[in-house]
Amino acid sequence: MSEGALLSIEDVSVDLPTPRGNLRAVDRVDLTVGAGRTLGVVGESGCGKTMLSRAVLQLLPKKAKLSGRVMFDGKDLVRLPPEKLRKLRGRSLAVVFQDPMTSLNPVLTIGTQLMETLQEHLELDMAAARQRSVDLLAAVGIPAPEQRLMQYPHQLSGGMRQRVAIAIALSCEPKLLIADEPTTALDVTIQAQILDLLAREQRRRHMAMILITHDLGVVAGRTDEVAVMYAGRVVERAPTPALFKKMRMPYTEALLAAIPKIDAAPHASLPAISGRPPDPTRPLPGCSFAPRCRYADARCQTEKPSLSEAESRDHLYACFHPVETAAEVSA
Amino acid sequence: MMHGTQPAPSDPLLDVQNLVVEYGVGGKIVHAVSGVSLQVARGETLGLVGESGCGKSTLGRAVLQLRQAVSGKVLFDGQDLTAMHGDTLRKMRQRVQLIFQDPIASLNPRRRIGDIIAEPLVIAGIKDPAERRQRVRDALSAVGLDPQLVIGRLPHEFSGGQCQRICIARALVLNPDFVICDEPVSALDVSIRAQILNLLEEMKARYGLTLLFIAHDLAVVKAVSDRVAVMYLGRLCEVGPSEQLFAHPAHPYTALLIEAIPVPDPDVRPAESVPVGEPPSPIAPPSGCRFRTRCPRADARCSSEMPELRAVAPGQFAACHHPLI
Ligand SMILES: Nc1ncnc2c1ncn2[C@@H]1O[C@H](COP(=O)(O)OP(=O)(O)OP(=O)(O)O)[C@@H](O)[C@H]1O
Ligand SMILES: Nc1ncnc2c1ncn2[C@@H]1O[C@H](COP(=O)(O)OP(=O)(O)O)[C@@H](O)[C@H]1O
Ligand code: SF4
Ligand code: SF4
Ligand SMILES: [Mg+2]
Ligand SMILES: [Mg+2]
Repeated sequence: MSEGALLSIEDVSVDLPTPRGNLRAVDRVDLTVGAGRTLGVVGESGCGKTMLSRAVLQLLPKKAKLSGRVMFDGKDLVRLPPEKLRKLRGRSLAVVFQDPMTSLNPVLTIGTQLMETLQEHLELDMAAARQRSVDLLAAVGIPAPEQRLMQYPHQLSGGMRQRVAIAIALSCEPKLLIADEPTTALDVTIQAQILDLLAREQRRRHMAMILITHDLGVVAGRTDEVAVMYAGRVVERAPTPALFKKMRMPYTEALLAAIPKIDAAPHASLPAISGRPPDPTRPLPGCSFAPRCRYADARCQTEKPSLSEAESRDHLYACFHPVETAAEVSA
Repeated sequence: MMHGTQPAPSDPLLDVQNLVVEYGVGGKIVHAVSGVSLQVARGETLGLVGESGCGKSTLGRAVLQLRQAVSGKVLFDGQDLTAMHGDTLRKMRQRVQLIFQDPIASLNPRRRIGDIIAEPLVIAGIKDPAERRQRVRDALSAVGLDPQLVIGRLPHEFSGGQCQRICIARALVLNPDFVICDEPVSALDVSIRAQILNLLEEMKARYGLTLLFIAHDLAVVKAVSDRVAVMYLGRLCEVGPSEQLFAHPAHPYTALLIEAIPVPDPDVRPAESVPVGEPPSPIAPPSGCRFRTRCPRADARCSSEMPELRAVAPGQFAACHHPLI
């Protein structure tokens, strides 16, 4: 795809064998992220966001089957030998998970974990690694960093743990940070602080970032581009301002409408989306959103819309009857 | 709704007075709820918001007498639940039901849906199986599930949203007057969340319910509440009519919560949040105003003197020495 992209996900699919049959968790996804850019990936639970990020990181479950290419910094990660991959992860390719305990070791102190990462990847000596750890903890907003080095993860609050996980992820100056629902487990006040922290460090380090979330509100002011996923596929993709100005895919529109708005009057009925996403082991022949879509017609039931360019090169969507057009037809 | 100079509606269905609830952990006391008073009028929805661990669920459980209060009263329809025991309490409690945050975990995985929903009827002593079956069917239809398709199945066969519908049916089957909804949509996806919020509003109208709606998401709370109470570290900070409270928050903590909501509009650049840190431990809450360690307006008085709820506008009350309005 595009030249000069730091990360280019090319026709990536992930299949998982299950007792109910094959489950296609990610379905032919193409995405790119340029150096220093932020991509938001939005979708509801089960739509494949985590599987996509694990495909990029080459951290899929053993029985998963991956197809396609993941080009990162000129290398195809899918074909990279394991020890090269391990070197890359934690160095130029870092990740922050929803549950910080996923990436923290419960039996090691914060200091040991930070310093180990630094020493492994940057070959710093003990004293330098220690100083750098203190600086990193301070940078992510942890008060009294020297004392925190001696603490264990369970002695910290959820928000503090996530800050530590971010400090470790940032420790080796990665080129790309994948943040998978980094604030979903946190309170709204802490969420705002962590998102600000990520945005600040991303700018300061000119690092690329993929911000995965189920909340359109989280990506709105904090990303350059947004990809909306539904049932394993990217169904709409656009620069963030363009997307919020003119949503073309009925699912994106419905998703935004269903969020309670703080300036709406109490007891106003919410425009809910009826039904729920399809069973991922029983793919539909047509558009996956068809059973819930108010614009669906016969063609949507039988034919799968592909993600294609529409009015501009940047704004892609997978729909036969994009929002405005459908409204015009029915008017 | 306007309520003059008293925070209390004149004839509340629920009247919580100066409730104190504590937990003991390793010889220390967790001050989970420290002197909370609130009232819910008949037919009203009172929203209760606050960060994780501030005591919302504890308050809900103490209202239901599932957790004994250290002191304070819980008047339901004029009668003090804290002074009731045995059958009297059980009878009263049938009028108050609870819906939990995690719908899947709150259903017994080994029981069929029909039996799960019939259980409150059995406990209430309704002996006629035909009547029980009919009421289970009615409750399921009311929440938008087809009784025929649902009754014989097990919880794991349903999605989170469907399980929450089942929980709502279970809460409604006894025809209660009052329902405490403890984060009923927090575990659900955005598209399902709106369905359940609409359903709760529908059920409220249909069954003539009074609701205490607990959540940490302010926009969700505002969507369903007539009045909103804001809680911080075991105490009430502010209570008032929803629109008024969101348009003109008086307590700095309410303002902080509103500011932190992510807005789905890229033109609204998120305000670089003030570095207000995290809530202190409820084992050793700060002296004076409990919010003072994160409050941009705190001064000496805030650490020595505990602010009481005072009227700041008609129907709106804030516990702050330096309110914003
Ligand atoms: N069984 C218990 N034993 C000891 N401490 C408890 C117990 N249950 C709750 N607590 C503590 O009491 C305080 C209030 O808890 P509560 O669960 O009521 O808060 P909450 O607002 O509902 O939070 P959340 O949103 O996380 O459920 C917290 O500090 C919590 O850790
Ligand atoms: N280890 C696994 N084995 C089988 N199926 C899985 C596994 N992990 C995830 N899935 C399934 O893959 C799909 C996508 O999952 P995931 O990527 O975790 O979605 P998200 O992160 O958006 O919630 C879901 O249907 C999920 O149930
Ligand atoms: S292709 Fe058809 S069903 Fe799918 S989103 Fe567009 S209009 Fe709806
Ligand atoms: S009483 Fe003082 S510390 Fe408490 S909220 Fe008001 S100004 Fe802030
Ligand atoms: Mg996920
Ligand atoms: Mg709770």
